[in-house]
Amino acid sequence: MEAMLEIRNLDKSYGATEILKDINVSAEPGGFLVLVGPSGCGKSTLLNCIAGLESISGGSIHIGGRDMTHVSPKDRNIAMVFQSYALYPTMSVARNITFGMKVRGVDRATRASKLQDVARQLQIEQLLDRRPSQLSGGQRQRVAMGRALVRDPQLFLFDEPLSNLDAKLRVEMRLEIKKLHHDLGATMVYVTHDQIEAMTLATKIVVLKDGVVQQIGSPAEIYRRPANLFVADFMGSPAMNLIPARTSRESGGTRIEIERTGGAPVVLIDTRNGDLPEEVILGLRPEDIAEAGFRAGEEVQEVKCLIDMVEPAGADTFVVSRLAGRQVTARLHSETTAQPGSTLDLAFDLGKVSYFAQDTGERLN
Amino acid sequence: MVDATPAPLVNPRAGQVALRWLLFAILALFALFYLMPLFVMITTSLKSLDEIRSGSLVALPVQVTFEAWRTAWSSACSGIQCEGLRPYFWNSVALTVPAVAVSTLIGAVNGYVIAQWKFRGANLIFSLMLFGCFIPFQVVLLPMARTLGFMGVAGTIPGLIFVHVIYGIGFTTLFFRNYYVTIPVELVKAAKVDGAGFFRIFWSIFMPLSLPIMMVTVIWQFTQIWNDFLFGVSFSQAGTQPVTVALNNIVNSTTGVKEYNVNMAAAIIAAFPTLFVYAVAGKYFIRGLTAGSVKG
Ligand SMILES: Nc1ncnc2c1ncn2[C@@H]1O[C@H](COP(=O)(O)OP(=O)(O)O)[C@@H](O)[C@H]1O
Ligand SMILES: [Mg+2]
Repeated sequence: MEAMLEIRNLDKSYGATEILKDINVSAEPGGFLVLVGPSGCGKSTLLNCIAGLESISGGSIHIGGRDMTHVSPKDRNIAMVFQSYALYPTMSVARNITFGMKVRGVDRATRASKLQDVARQLQIEQLLDRRPSQLSGGQRQRVAMGRALVRDPQLFLFDEPLSNLDAKLRVEMRLEIKKLHHDLGATMVYVTHDQIEAMTLATKIVVLKDGVVQQIGSPAEIYRRPANLFVADFMGSPAMNLIPARTSRESGGTRIEIERTGGAPVVLIDTRNGDLPEEVILGLRPEDIAEAGFRAGEEVQEVKCLIDMVEPAGADTFVVSRLAGRQVTARLHSETTAQPGSTLDLAFDLGKVSYFAQDTGERLN
Repeated sequence: MVDATPAPLVNPRAGQVALRWLLFAILALFALFYLMPLFVMITTSLKSLDEIRSGSLVALPVQVTFEAWRTAWSSACSGIQCEGLRPYFWNSVALTVPAVAVSTLIGAVNGYVIAQWKFRGANLIFSLMLFGCFIPFQVVLLPMARTLGFMGVAGTIPGLIFVHVIYGIGFTTLFFRNYYVTIPVELVKAAKVDGAGFFRIFWSIFMPLSLPIMMVTVIWQFTQIWNDFLFGVSFSQAGTQPVTVALNNIVNSTTGVKEYNVNMAAAIIAAFPTLFVYAVAGKYFIRGLTAGSVKG
């Protein structure tokens, strides 16, 4: 299937500062591509480049199979929703939504009927005569969406559309965007710094850091097999445990040794992964460390650990222990009897383990 | 009100009230001081010459007469002509209205470009324009005279309009630029995606937002251009002089006695339009100077 969006070797600099470096990304028709990364990493810049609002310093951008590298924004067949919504302040909601059609010379009757369709879809029919200043944040968000929807473009671009909403509304709108994507079957590119938004919405995630792509993959791939320490740490909450360890070969597998103060080192045997360097960073998600007896599997190994802290979080209880000088979080069931200061047998699921090189941070297994 | 604590020797509230009255008194005094000349002008203009000679300067007119106003408007002599201020007043209107309109419009477009369509050298150009605001007018009189002659509009009203437009652009650009930089750049981006071009965005999105700053600019420019004397006297000739120059000529023409009442009436007539503009649009002036532009 030909990609709806294809970015090849894209570079972008402002003067001497390189903002984006050799970006290669594609989005399949009907896909939901999420660009995620910390603030300032170049997400908005990349989205602006796709929209044609910023010129690029190198590479190419194809949309719907056409080379759009030097095409102006209005001819790229895109629609965009901005972080600040960017509603036209002196126009009513209706005029905000129909402005684009008016500029393009769409006749009055078509404009009116499209406006009605979109207003119904977004449930903003009763707001059409209001000015943006008379709307709440959530309503402005909907109007901004309406302005994009009414274009019926090949590609939707969203720049952190939910970041100005309060937490509850954000979750609601997230679901609604997901539903919209499903109903329209349209291709969407969505920028966010919120990894939960990325995980819940995306069919494909691009993780960016300092203008460089760190990893591209499905949410599950990114979550289960992060390509480096940055991705491992950035995606997932609570974050993946990243524990320095020593390895040595042994009959039957790799012996993993984790130092701890005031006790013998933790020793685990990994029967699957060989050929590791002597010093590694071992990565395990909190849910891959459980209370002994609650996790079964060939690769599960139990270790007695001193519990420092217990954090009940409703459905789960998180317990924190110290290994190799790091806080290690385990996700236990809510009925656990773990007490701070006492010891507990924890089950480490080495079937889910990630190893990273200590120097480069790259994934090893 | 019942107060449990014993009252201090000097009631602090009484002290505050006294202070406030003192403040009001001082302000009233200043207001009086500033309004005094206007009062004298108006009363004098309504007196006959005889009454002026016999009475006191600050006395109210015994017999109100509009004769001086009539003379000032239509028959006072400046030099050899005795047509009053009327033709010159209309000269001023004919030159101020287009000059204000054109300089305001150009300032709006300039401000829009500099604030929202950042291009290489935009800041330099803006700095140079600001610099232009503060060049003393005297410096440019000769070069400007040459330029007007070269353009073939020396001594004409279009020539004066040209001069005022050129000298207004610095300030009008400054006003609009400072207003438009507060408008988020995403607005232009959204409009570009919507398919609107440079002028479409200007007319449909920026112009409707600009009423407050437009008022500020129009009042400022109107006052500057209407009250201008130096350019008026330098670049006009008999028949195209603005009202300020004509007023000067009437007051200074030395035929017989000094007609103070006519002079006062003429001065008020010449000053009236700027007062009028401020009275009508003044509230926008205050608002525009303090306005943030967009919310949401
Ligand atoms: N017009 C510009 N000129 C110079 N640097 C810019 C400009 N716009 C953005 N940047 C820089 O580019 C980097 C990426 O910005 P941006 O794409 O907005 O980040 P994000 O959206 O990921 O938070 C930032 O370091 C920012 O300072
Ligand atoms: Mg951003």
